[in-house]
Parts: sequence; structure tokens; C-alpha cells
Amino acid sequence: METVNDHLSDLREIRNLMEKSSRFISLSGLSGIFAGIFALAGAAAAWWYLDFELRNETPSYSGFQNTYFFFFANAAVVLTGALASGIFFTIRQAQKKGQRIWDKTSRRLLINIAIPLATGGFFCLALLYHGLPALVAPAMLLFYGLALLNGSKYTFDDIRYLAYIEILLGMLSCFYAGYGLLFWAVGFGAMHIVYGTLMYFKYEK
Amino acid sequence: MKNPISHINKAFENRIRLGVMSILMVNDRADFLFLKETLELTDGNLASHLIALEKAGYIEVNKTFVGKKPNTSYIASTEGKQAFREHIDALENLLKNIKG
Repeated sequence: METVNDHLSDLREIRNLMEKSSRFISLSGLSGIFAGIFALAGAAAAWWYLDFELRNETPSYSGFQNTYFFFFANAAVVLTGALASGIFFTIRQAQKKGQRIWDKTSRRLLINIAIPLATGGFFCLALLYHGLPALVAPAMLLFYGLALLNGSKYTFDDIRYLAYIEILLGMLSCFYAGYGLLFWAVGFGAMHIVYGTLMYFKYEK
Repeated sequence: MKNPISHINKAFENRIRLGVMSILMVNDRADFLFLKETLELTDGNLASHLIALEKAGYIEVNKTFVGKKPNTSYIASTEGKQAFREHIDALENLLKNIKG
């Protein structure tokens, strides 16, 4: 009986090592929740701004310029907040698990997410350049979903479900011009909060 | 009936060797430091088992320089992967026979 238990624990150990050495598992669900909160705040600010703008100003060249400026500033604040909280909670989680934060697994995860994401960012700038701001929100959702899908091979596999939802929202929003902000708020805000909460209770409780 | 133990590989009876092979099955290559940290081992302990695996022809050793620092990385050989798979299958069969 002793050897049976030995073999069982061998198999368990093998599975554990394969997982630990090929995936970065210190992503914290709290990062997702905070990213979602920042996204919702950003979306609310944008909604309020557009509402205010449309009511009080007739569209003019300087009005468009201000709108672009506002959206870039807003996006920068949201991105910085989301990244900072993401890094903070991930470092905390890695320390708790005794994992190194900057090793082969985290580098591989980062580069596999960064390449499709940066491509998407570039594409969004091209959309703005060609005067197609309505497609920016769908493009962000689509590229973000594809980036997550690409990264799912190198972290918790669960992230692929978030990826599917983002892609689906992205495709839908292509055909509901004018509701881009709403889709964006659902995809980047609500979905992050839902996903982060699920992950938190699944892996950190 | 075929003896289920016949494929249990002596080279993998040791936990550390089994650990090294597990990591090299899912990673194209792994360097010494990565193996050491993942398996939570000391230098000497890991080194001796790596030499044993290399002698068995289950891993290939690759020595390069990163800047001025020597970097040794390890790759599972085709033979090593095959042997590891057979070992795991044997373990699973053994457990199945006992349970069933």
C-alpha cells in the first residue's frame, strides 16, 4: 500500500511541476476587480463628458480637439490605475505563494499578451487617423479578447472564458454604433469585476 | 498477464529526476537556476541528478554564455521524453490495476 501512495503522490507532483513551470499562476483576482473599477470610472467620466458636450456645445473643430484630448487623458488615467493595481496585487500574490515575479513564466505571459494588444492599440490609432472613432471600442474589445486568448496558454486556463466574452462583445458592438461606450463598460468594467471575483474565490480563498 | 511493473523506470525512481523530467516535458528548455528554484533544491543535489539523467541519455546539456556569465540549459531528448511517457503510463496502469 505504501508504494501505491508513493506512486499517487508522484503523479500529483508531476502534474504540479508541469503546471508551475509552464504557467504564471500569481495573477490575482483582485487585479481584475480593480481594473474593472477603474474602467467603469473611466466610462462614467466619458459618458458624463459626452452628455455635457452634446448639450452645451455645437460641434466645432476645437470641440473635437478637446474631445480627443479628454479621451486620451481619460484612457491614460484608467490604464495607469488598472496597471498599477494589477502589478501591486500580482506582486503581493507572488510573495504569498513564494513565486518569483519576474521569471520565465511571467515574461512569456507578458510578451504573448503584449504583442496582440500593442497591435490593437496601433490599429485604434489608425482608426482615429482615418476618422472612424465609432470602431475604436469594438477594436479594443476584439484585440483585448484575442490577446487574453493568446495569454491563456501561459496562465490560468480560466482566462480563456473572459477572452471569449470580450471577443463576442467586440463583434456585437461592431454593429451597434453609438453603443460603443456601453459595450466597452460591460467588457472592460463589469466583466473584469465578475472574472476577478470568481478567480479570487476560486484560487485565493 | 503482462507485468505492470515492467515499465517502471529505475532512472525515474528518484523524485528529483522525475521533477526535472516533468519540467522539461512542458518547457522547450530550462536553465539550471530555473530548475533549482522550481524544484527548491541546492546546487549540488540538483547537479548530481542532472549528470545521472545526462548519462542515461534522457537530457541534453547546452552550455552558452549570457554576456560573461556561463548559462547551462537542459533539454529533454526524444529518448528521454519517450521513457518518461512510458514511466507515467506504467504508473497509471499500476494504479488502475490496484483500484479496479
